[in-house]
Amino acid sequence: MAKIILEMKNITKTFPGVKALDNVNLKVEEGEIHALVGENGAGKSTLMNVLSGIYPYGTYEGDIIYNGEVCKFNTIKDSEGKGIVIIHQELALVPEMSIGENMYLGNERGKKSAINWNQTYAEADKYLKMVGLTESSKVLVKEIGTGKQQLVEIAKALAKNAKLLILDEPTSSLNEEDSRALLDLMLGFKKQGMTMIIITHKLNEVSYVADKITVVRDGSTIETIDNANHDIDEDRIIKGMVGREITNRFPPRQGVKIGDVNMEVSNWTVHHPLYPERIVVNDVSMYVRKGEVVGIYGLMGAGRTELAMSIFGQSYGILTGGTLKLNGQEVKLKKSPTDAIKHKIAYVTEDRKGNGLILSQSIKVNTSLANLDSISNNTVIDKDKEYQVAEEYRQKLKTKTPSVEQLVGNLSGGNQQKVLLAKWMFAEPDVLILDEPTRGIDVGAKYEIYCIINDLAAAGKSVIMISSELPEVIGMSDRIYIMNASRIVGEMPASEATQENIMAAILQSGRGD
Amino acid sequence: MIMNNNPALDFLKKYTMVIALVLVIIFFSITTGGKILFAQNINNLISQNGYVFVLATGMLLCILTGGNIDLSVGSVVCFNMGIGALMLQKGIPTFITMLAMLAVGLVIGMFQGFWVAWVSVPPFIVTLAGMYAFRGLSNVVLGGLSVGVNNESFLAIFGGGANCYVPDLFGNGSLNLTCIVAGLIVAVLVIVMQIRNQSVRKSLGIASSGPGELIRTVIIAALVVIISYRLAQYKGIPSVLIWIALILLIYGYITTNTAIGRYFYAVGGNEKATRLSGVNTKMVYFLAYANMGMLAGFAGVLMLARAGHAEPTYGVGYEMDAIAACFIGGASAYGGVGKITGVIIGAALMGVINQGMSIMGMSANYQSAVKGIVLLVAVLVDVLTKKENA
Repeated sequence: MAKIILEMKNITKTFPGVKALDNVNLKVEEGEIHALVGENGAGKSTLMNVLSGIYPYGTYEGDIIYNGEVCKFNTIKDSEGKGIVIIHQELALVPEMSIGENMYLGNERGKKSAINWNQTYAEADKYLKMVGLTESSKVLVKEIGTGKQQLVEIAKALAKNAKLLILDEPTSSLNEEDSRALLDLMLGFKKQGMTMIIITHKLNEVSYVADKITVVRDGSTIETIDNANHDIDEDRIIKGMVGREITNRFPPRQGVKIGDVNMEVSNWTVHHPLYPERIVVNDVSMYVRKGEVVGIYGLMGAGRTELAMSIFGQSYGILTGGTLKLNGQEVKLKKSPTDAIKHKIAYVTEDRKGNGLILSQSIKVNTSLANLDSISNNTVIDKDKEYQVAEEYRQKLKTKTPSVEQLVGNLSGGNQQKVLLAKWMFAEPDVLILDEPTRGIDVGAKYEIYCIINDLAAAGKSVIMISSELPEVIGMSDRIYIMNASRIVGEMPASEATQENIMAAILQSGRGD
Repeated sequence: MIMNNNPALDFLKKYTMVIALVLVIIFFSITTGGKILFAQNINNLISQNGYVFVLATGMLLCILTGGNIDLSVGSVVCFNMGIGALMLQKGIPTFITMLAMLAVGLVIGMFQGFWVAWVSVPPFIVTLAGMYAFRGLSNVVLGGLSVGVNNESFLAIFGGGANCYVPDLFGNGSLNLTCIVAGLIVAVLVIVMQIRNQSVRKSLGIASSGPGELIRTVIIAALVVIISYRLAQYKGIPSVLIWIALILLIYGYITTNTAIGRYFYAVGGNEKATRLSGVNTKMVYFLAYANMGMLAGFAGVLMLARAGHAEPTYGVGYEMDAIAACFIGGASAYGGVGKITGVIIGAALMGVINQGMSIMGMSANYQSAVKGIVLLVAVLVDVLTKKENA
């Protein structure tokens, strides 16, 4: 058995309101690629942040043992000094700086008072070659594509003398080809003796690249699976991640009464707001009936969010073609969400912190924001009524909070999502577009959100649920649209949908291009 | 969820600046031998700082939208004073002059707001440009000279000259009864409204926030009575106090009870989320700056009356006083957080420090240094208490 290079022992980390990690144990052998898998919010990224010193020693419990000694990292610099380098999910490059400047940012060559640019660029070029990039290190980062930027991040890590490289979802924004190249690069590094930890949601990548797989669920490590032969069954991993049979993850639908078509878009085409030559939604036609839950499945970047936001008062992109019908009547919405809300369309964003909630304000204020008119007389807010409304929704959605005066920023992800839902339910829409409604929330809260969705449908609302989680789409929807590369590439009733034929629809559409 | 189990600490956090104000007043009462609480000094405190209250109110709305400030207000105040002085010199009546000054301020504010809201020029740049431009235009309008105001009614109504007090209706000479009666009426009104409010909430089944609110109201009412008694011992209600109170009440109401007031907070808290909630966020920015211009116009009215003349150098640094009052009063430099009551505390705190040090005979240079330190400490306290919650 090879030497254990890293051991994380009984790591516990609490945030206000949430226990993010609970007695986590992780052992990594020298020279292996170790995959960390788990659902969103399971605690993988938190664990890596503990390891790299972003959460300094003392803010967590437990020990980090690296190369046989207990480490007490206070900053990222400390962990990098030992050769532990983390590459974050979001690229951390400055677009206006050159590749070389970026690679040595905070780690400048030469003296502090006089940077040695020749040395900087010479060394940068050397590392760029190692990751297979032919660009000069003097090129600005904004001029190269995302795939190459990811490689620059790796080169930057190598320049720091990485012995243990942590990659947090390195392929999440890459296409198939770039992803494969990156994984092969990792296998190459492994041959040279580098140890790597990879966090990813893509299970095919896990089985391709990882030697060992550790499953994290709800802040605990569940198991470590051996994958020396790279032949692990994906269902085996999913079982560990989810922790129970997929069949009982979704509440049964009751009182399903599907009515007339409520909203229909035809030949909907949208271009990118900044690069008008790029088509982000291509000739999409779809409809949703009253009391129906329609799922839109697609990977990130397939154009799902763009489709939803462009329907919602063109809040994204440039609409170049297509018609929108509400209740059979063609409607031309003005280019503002206000008009969409007036026509009883609601869009519940996938990015609740960035686009959905005002974290510095109370639950009450957030709940009423999209429909202040209904609780005001001539723009004067009836604050007592506002309180009652917020309280009503708190009870209806079972939001866990001492009072509706609580700041939303203090709530856990699941409860924040409920406040977001409450806000849009209070706007009394007929059509609700839910974009990744269960992203980053725990299993229990997910189930409750599913119940709310079912209730909405039972009340005759039309629900469009966008999701990149296949089981969720299959488990919740009445009908499913499959989206890939800006187009709808398939439509099927949920009764006929399986993971296989949905994936097949995506693959076939890819071949057609 | 953070449940703070220490009520004393909670209280301290919530009322940090109120406590600071009380401590500062106690400090100056000791060092000045109680002079700072003299009737005349309380009167002067209000009269001298009228412009800070008015400008800080407008500035708060700008800051709420995301920590945006308006650097031009000092110059705009001066420009308006110039226009007002010239109009009065030509014999144009008081109220027409006042309305014209408000209108000029509003137009300037709308002009700046247009660039900020619809062209997305950073407010810092737009208003820095305004600061230069209107300083220069003040000089142009006044021809580089000082222009005096002879219109007695203008001076009296807006708080300048010898007779700028609300006339005593019951007048017996020594004690201004009108002032005391007004103070008592306000105090009773405040308490009655609070009690009514609480009973309404109770009947609607809304959880009461405990006796704290009532105690706070009683203290406020008591303060009103004490201050009105003090003012009565001098010359009564300074007319500028009526204007300040009016502005604070109107904007206090707007920020807490109206939809547009809510939008200022929402935009500062999360602009994207607010826009996606169907709010015209550009209009919110525009209104913040248009309103700031109008209030700068009004501050110009008050200053013109107080000074009795306009000079091209007036109003320098007023924008900073207004900004400081907001931040000392607990407004967040990132936007979305801040209250009119905070502005009152912030402006009062700075006023008391200024006046206390003047009475002690310290030079203006030290006053400025102390103000700087107070500002830093106030924001520091804010940042540190927030950090604990992070």
